Amino acid sequence: MIDKVFKPLWIGILSISLLAFSFQTASAEPITVVSWGGSYGKAQDRALFTDASNHSGIAINRESGASMTKTCLQVQSGSVTWDLVVTGSGGAAAAAADGCLEKIDYSVVDVSDFYPGLYTDYCVGSDVFATVMAWNTDKYGEPGSPGAPSSWADFWDVKKFPGTRAYRANNVDGALEPALMADGVPPEKVYEVLATPEGKRRAINKIRELKPHIAVFWGSGAQQAQLMKDAEVDMSTGWNGRFDNAKKDGAKVGYTFNQALLDYDCFAMPKGAPNKEVAMRFLAEVSKPQYQANLPFYITYGPTNRKAYEMTKAPKELIESLPSHPKNVPLMLPVSLDWYAKHKNEALELYMELMSE
Amino acid sequence: MLLHEKELRRQTFLEQWNLLSLSLPSILVIILIIIVPVGWLFYLSFTGKGGDFSLANYEKMITYKSYARVFMTTFQVSFLTTLVCILMGYPLAYFMAQLSDRMAAVCMLTVLLPFWTSLLVRTYAWLVLLQKKGILNDFAIEIGLWETPIKLVHNLTGTLIGMAHIMLPFLVLPLYGAMKRIEKDMTHAAANLGATPIQVFWKVFFPLSLPGLVAGSLIVFVLCLGFYVTPAVLGGGRVVMVATQITAILENQFNWGAASSLGVVLLASTLLILVLAARFLKLDQVLFGRH
Repeated sequence: MIDKVFKPLWIGILSISLLAFSFQTASAEPITVVSWGGSYGKAQDRALFTDASNHSGIAINRESGASMTKTCLQVQSGSVTWDLVVTGSGGAAAAAADGCLEKIDYSVVDVSDFYPGLYTDYCVGSDVFATVMAWNTDKYGEPGSPGAPSSWADFWDVKKFPGTRAYRANNVDGALEPALMADGVPPEKVYEVLATPEGKRRAINKIRELKPHIAVFWGSGAQQAQLMKDAEVDMSTGWNGRFDNAKKDGAKVGYTFNQALLDYDCFAMPKGAPNKEVAMRFLAEVSKPQYQANLPFYITYGPTNRKAYEMTKAPKELIESLPSHPKNVPLMLPVSLDWYAKHKNEALELYMELMSE
Repeated sequence: MLLHEKELRRQTFLEQWNLLSLSLPSILVIILIIIVPVGWLFYLSFTGKGGDFSLANYEKMITYKSYARVFMTTFQVSFLTTLVCILMGYPLAYFMAQLSDRMAAVCMLTVLLPFWTSLLVRTYAWLVLLQKKGILNDFAIEIGLWETPIKLVHNLTGTLIGMAHIMLPFLVLPLYGAMKRIEKDMTHAAANLGATPIQVFWKVFFPLSLPGLVAGSLIVFVLCLGFYVTPAVLGGGRVVMVATQITAILENQFNWGAASSLGVVLLASTLLILVLAARFLKLDQVLFGRH
């Protein structure tokens, strides 16, 4: 009896799912676009991905947890499922050096209006961010007010600004440059000094000097925001957009672009991406200024496409708060991909020595 | 007679073969998910970036001081967590073993309840409780226990609190089991023969509960060695354990060989510690009652 009812039911379910499966493979496969979680991925969804997908008709499948480590693992194990992956510029350079990335086809992707240096053979800049020093405004005052911190020397000055600090954990990206600037090295000389073994030791020793005051080493952008929101620390390094979003959530936090590190995130394509050509077209679409013009509404990271500044409807105040705004760029030190390509491995080992002390 | 013997031998053989074939699936699974990956890890750790044989990954562990320190921290934290678990878990298990079955079940539930909650949730819950402006500091300052916030988290203290909380059931469960198996008559007999309660405990009860204690401690210690989330969140970057170092190397250098070599050294040193412990503590006697 039971069999009589269920057998046709099973067969029905089976055939429907088979049918659905064959339809799915018959129509154009969506490309897989991978970004990060938190406020960053959400901002990209709202400003870039949804609109670019609708306008171009390219279906996308969004995933979180982008990482060049996982990308390289996919490539090396020959089972690539990702088409476009968001990454920091340094991560892209390292992954490219390991042969994990596809070359960008610049006959498809138009970067003629991009700021120079925000795209490479293997990645196309998506937004510009800054690694800044942020502080509790209740404790040290609003940015720009008299007596407020304004340089890395102030970050290190625990007499003038007594309190606790937070610094990067287990990762050397953007960790050594501030130490050298605090030690009196002019920004334009920082990478020159860091290229020598003594320079690296000097930076590490400077951080060692601050270590007793570093209450927490942060591991993610979300943690930077949380630490400031909970007033767990008084001053922290971190990414400007995360602090702005923390401020929107009520955190008493301010930061300065002075001596900050100017860096960018970008889109890279794993070598052997399953939908290479479609993904390249989507990359071309998403790099257009009309989408980038909307990004500042969701996170204060600057466009990489110059035209986006002309097109954006964002208020003047917001535009002037972006890291790639011409007013802010001269204050900052652009991150040297070349230095990271050559020195990152050794710098990380030295940094881990400091961390494990 | 001879025929029977042949038949018997055949039957024994068949039975053994049946048993083997029954356990074959699990043996295959163990080979697939443990032996093969560990072997692969071992192989990777001896290869350089180009895929050729190289000892570079191991040389690096000597060149830079962080590796030795990270291993020291890992063993130290695991040892301390085990110690805290023993100090808290033994009285707890002892208490539960004295209760009626129903009360013991209620107590067991309170031990197991956190065990069924996500590790990540529990870790972040401790962060909320222990941080500078957290619930505990606020409360203590409110009632005047201390005046300025005490640093309870983002250090070794917070890590130990979080890890001991997570590990406690692993100690209590085998220990409680061992204590329940101790015949009440034994302790009664000892008391009857004139032993004081303290003597009864140390001379009779404690030695009999030892197998459970040792088994529980070993489980806790070995599990602690691989901890990642809890020390990463509650240690605030000040408690760098092997898993953290492995992640740092993978995320920054994409170097599977270097990361594998850390895993190999951790595995080898854990085995070494267990062998030494087995020799000095005479574990086989304690655990299996062999003499």
